[in-house]
Amino acid sequence: MTKLRQTPSQTVGPYFAYGLSPEQYGYQQNLSSIAGSQMAEGDIEGERIRVEGRVFDGNGAPISDALIEIWQADSLGRYAHPADPRGSNNTFKGFGRCGTGTDPQQRFWFDTIKPGKVGDDQAPHLNVIVTMRGMLLHAFTRIYFSDEPANATDSVLRLVPAERRGTLIATKQSGKVYRFDIHMQGEQETVFFDA
Amino acid sequence: MTDAFNPRDWSGQPAYIAPDYKSTPLRGPTKPLIPLPQTLSEMTGPVYGQESVTGNDADLTLNGRRNGEPLGERIIVAGRVLDEDGRPVPNTLLEIWQANAAGRYIHQTDQHDAPIDPNFFGGGRCVTDAKGGYWFMTVKPGAYPWPNHHNAWRPNHIHFSLFGPSFVTRLVTQMYFPGDPLLDLDPIFLATPEATRNLLIANFSLDVTEPNYALGYVFDIVLRGRGATPMEA
Repeated sequence: MTKLRQTPSQTVGPYFAYGLSPEQYGYQQNLSSIAGSQMAEGDIEGERIRVEGRVFDGNGAPISDALIEIWQADSLGRYAHPADPRGSNNTFKGFGRCGTGTDPQQRFWFDTIKPGKVGDDQAPHLNVIVTMRGMLLHAFTRIYFSDEPANATDSVLRLVPAERRGTLIATKQSGKVYRFDIHMQGEQETVFFDA
Repeated sequence: MTDAFNPRDWSGQPAYIAPDYKSTPLRGPTKPLIPLPQTLSEMTGPVYGQESVTGNDADLTLNGRRNGEPLGERIIVAGRVLDEDGRPVPNTLLEIWQANAAGRYIHQTDQHDAPIDPNFFGGGRCVTDAKGGYWFMTVKPGAYPWPNHHNAWRPNHIHFSLFGPSFVTRLVTQMYFPGDPLLDLDPIFLATPEATRNLLIANFSLDVTEPNYALGYVFDIVLRGRGATPMEA
């Protein structure tokens, strides 16, 4: 049977705010946001963390019109999706979305919970989509945590050349904050995946 | 575990770096992508169903009104979301955004000298039905200039964002209109390989057209299907 071809991707452009992130950018009177930076509210179980960072272009300049999305497991490593039957009763949605256009320093940030290990062989991680004006298709990356011993045996990290693994690891700052900068190019270019 | 999702069809996708689209050379990744086996993290994804859509979210001629109707040519944009085997993708969220009929976005950073329409917002969303079908009412977006090169104009377009069944089926794209003379001059459209470019252009449809009210366009969207064998996780 002839397969249909996948619809090609096109850039998200500079004006995604009121389609994808209306509340963050002040358009909430017209449209609510399906997701934002606040991912762990109420009595959701787990260690509260903040993950924040900036996105840099090939000249090392921070990008003010990027959109970062994260998808993560809950504190027990369960995903709120039918393919993970353990996640079916979970109130943690696991999806966050933040543009870099509202913070004076062009940061994105997520207030969430630290995910648990996924299966036996994956250290706690956030799954990340990076897109922006000037990208014709989005890129996949992951955020791991600098204080996790399980990184040493993670089945995905070990596919990455050792000298580049550090680009996937958020650095613990003071308190509950982890720092994760994304470098689109250059010596420190973040590892992007063909997922 | 169910089958893994098919890979991205790289031969049908635009490249990360397309020099004629001048912001790509400093923003696209330059090192080879690392192949990622599909684990539970990739085979699951955000779930946003009918509960994510309220009121007039799918009708952009209603959801931005303050004191009257938005100006412009009313259009219906409808279609189906399918996978590569032609199977419907039901219950998946579509998010759209667009310029108004004069080619102006309401976004603060849009400085194009064209009027803002006080009755048009330009963002909306809907969820596919059991057959993968979706429907929006809006006005036809205008063309607008952009600073990519001398006398550069974007063709009329509507931005689309979809999730599909998993994290790896996510798609962000743009829908164009048939017969637009700006398409042959647009470096974003032209960055797409010739073989798949036309998949971005909607078809005019008299069947979808609502008599005495709005012209109809059909835009079907194909997401990654499944069939490959996943890694044990």
